[in-house]
Amino acid sequence: MDLPTIWFLLIAVLFTGYFILEGFDFGVGMLLPVLGRTDRERRVLINTIGPVWDGNEVWLLTAGGAMFAAFPEWYATLFSGFYLPLLVILMALIVRGVAFEYRTKRPELSWKARWDKAIAIGSWIPAVLWGVAVANIVRGVPLDANHEYVGGLVDLLHPYALLGGLTTAALFLTHGALFISLKTVGDIQQRATRFARRSGVVTAALAVAFLGSTMAIRTSPAAIAFTVVAALALLGALVANRLHRDGWAFTGTAVTIACAVAALFAALFPAVLPSTMDPAGTLTIDNAASTDYTLTIMSWVAVLLTPVVLAYQGWTYWVFRKRIGVAHIPDD
Amino acid sequence: MDALDIARWQFGVTTVYHFLFVPLTIGLSALVAILQTVWYRTGDERYLRLTKFYGKLLLINFAMGVVTGIVQEFQFGMNWSDYSRFVGDIFGAPLAIEALLAFFLESTFLGLWIFGWDRLPKRLHLASIWAVAIGTNLSAYFILAANSWMQHPVGYRVNPETGRAELTDFIAVLTNKVTLATFPHTLAGCFLVAGSLLLAVSLWHLVRRPHHPDAAAHRAAVRFGGWVSLLAAAAVVISGDIQSKIMTEVQPMKMAAAEALYDTESPAPFSVFTIGSLDGSREIIAIKIPYLLSWLATGDVNGEVKGINDLQAQFAAQYGPGSYVPMIPVAYWSFRLMIGLGVVAALIAAWALWAQRRGRIPTSRWLVRAGVIMPLLPLAANTFGWIFAEMGRQPWIVYGEMLTRDGVSRAVTTGEVLTSFTAFTLIYAVLAIIEVHLLIRYAKAGLPDLTPVAEPAPETDDEDRPLAFAY
Repeated sequence: MDLPTIWFLLIAVLFTGYFILEGFDFGVGMLLPVLGRTDRERRVLINTIGPVWDGNEVWLLTAGGAMFAAFPEWYATLFSGFYLPLLVILMALIVRGVAFEYRTKRPELSWKARWDKAIAIGSWIPAVLWGVAVANIVRGVPLDANHEYVGGLVDLLHPYALLGGLTTAALFLTHGALFISLKTVGDIQQRATRFARRSGVVTAALAVAFLGSTMAIRTSPAAIAFTVVAALALLGALVANRLHRDGWAFTGTAVTIACAVAALFAALFPAVLPSTMDPAGTLTIDNAASTDYTLTIMSWVAVLLTPVVLAYQGWTYWVFRKRIGVAHIPDD
Repeated sequence: MDALDIARWQFGVTTVYHFLFVPLTIGLSALVAILQTVWYRTGDERYLRLTKFYGKLLLINFAMGVVTGIVQEFQFGMNWSDYSRFVGDIFGAPLAIEALLAFFLESTFLGLWIFGWDRLPKRLHLASIWAVAIGTNLSAYFILAANSWMQHPVGYRVNPETGRAELTDFIAVLTNKVTLATFPHTLAGCFLVAGSLLLAVSLWHLVRRPHHPDAAAHRAAVRFGGWVSLLAAAAVVISGDIQSKIMTEVQPMKMAAAEALYDTESPAPFSVFTIGSLDGSREIIAIKIPYLLSWLATGDVNGEVKGINDLQAQFAAQYGPGSYVPMIPVAYWSFRLMIGLGVVAALIAAWALWAQRRGRIPTSRWLVRAGVIMPLLPLAANTFGWIFAEMGRQPWIVYGEMLTRDGVSRAVTTGEVLTSFTAFTLIYAVLAIIEVHLLIRYAKAGLPDLTPVAEPAPETDDEDRPLAFAY
């Protein structure tokens, strides 16, 4: 396997990690007004992700940095082309990140309510827009022969992309609900389980529609295989949820996200950003990649550091493995 | 204003803003780690309370540094995509390593530290805050390596076929002499901010209530913050001196701009204060110290320092027609404000240490006033330092290789950049007000009481115990 292919895989892995991890903390944020009826309940929800959300978000920074280092053309065209959606995602991530830290810093309920709103909206927006962005990458966007984006905002908001947005939002919602039912006790847990049972059905319908239309646009045998596994894993998650096997249910949606991302990247390969206009504008792993020297260095860095990161991040989840409920929340 | 101007303003505003939070995060994470280590070693509860108190201020600040940092990484691709294409082979690597090596470390262990008071053994919990401090300091190294490459590109070649810069020697990039000089200078500036904060907050409490039971803890914090500030200021001066000699060598135009030195001189004087004509081309009043600039720039009192006019002629011959002169008044004044504000901060630190020598209780209202504004001085000095470093190298985005105007995104319209610039400026302004409000509120609240770790009642087992900390 050549270096650009390896880095294509690594970036797929980084986005998979990002969507699995931040996917459930987006879900928890989206469900904050739905499942948290009192301030104490909302605090339970926030505290399920409190120690880990920031580390989850670093997956995005790493994926972005890796894209910049390994495929500068891809990074440059994508980030300048998807300008306004990325701007909105950034604003949402800013407000949301600050909100977790600041909501408890004043006792007034109106203060907390405002930050709760920021968390919910700041979670919904990226949950939808990441799907829009990913769908556009797979479908392709208008690029000229210099790989420069020549479309406008409207070109990014076609039905397929919107379907992608709804799919990621639904998937993260269900994934988040299953995370909550894995990490809490009492009423909240029951509500989350019930919620996932219902949202799971909607998610399954959207996911089938989205991955199905993806395969109609662009496909490969590997992409089809991953799509099938993604569908089966989602089905498994829903069954496990009904049987109250919380760990298995959450694993199920995690595998669904992993396989869905894998299916999209497999469909895309060897392109990284197809052009819908001038075929010469299509960015591929070859014309977008850095030199072999840079990729070799980056490969060593990844080989040495990634296991260490996975080990201590995994350990963090182990340290905070305990389920929490309203009784565990200290007074202000 | 066109898209290029707005993109430049946005980069300036978002970067300066980001670097208001970063220095405190870098410096304070280490100082909190030291406070906690003292508590761990001595068992003295005052240090535990100081750890929790300053830890809270650290967290309020940390959140802002994190979220504004995401913008920084995305902004290169969004607004400066042609720059990103040109440098990606080199510039992306330190960014990716920064995320993988430093950001994961600091964010994961910060979560462990915040929530881990009752979940981790004391030793591991202490190690967590040290991991945060190491992470934040490491991140500075990699981002400065990336910046230094823009200031003084090394270890690369420009591929004639693609027109892009390609990495040929990664070690050369990591050991760029500009990086090696900038890293200690920047870190020292960060510790000056953090030391100032300790001094300011604890001095305020100490002078207001000298007989309060917490006075002894605050006195310790004033002494600690004061010494950190003084040592950091000394390190700023020494590293800055080394840096200015390297700068004279690799970016002579920046040094000439810093001095508004139009004609090559040997020996060259240092101008303390100059009022020039608005375009900076002529001086009206000037106070000068003979020989000083030659010594600062070259280490020799009679050394030759090149002037702007000679350098412009030399660059025009080398790179083609055009102006290679940065904005002289900006370079001149930002350089002086950086130095001047840093010196004032060091003097206040020395004053505060002197006023509380051998158990004395400082009483001067003027000292408290000076102390309270003290953290703003190194913050402003850092800002002016960066404005000088970045604007002083214009018109280059990559020195000698790429002009800033050639790096901007072509796919992005003026309307889009304007939207983005307006949105960031507004949201940053609102968040700045909230952050300052919270910092002052928690700084005024004083040291927290230690909630006694509740002995689990016989009927409740460990599983039902409330969390020691929760959002």
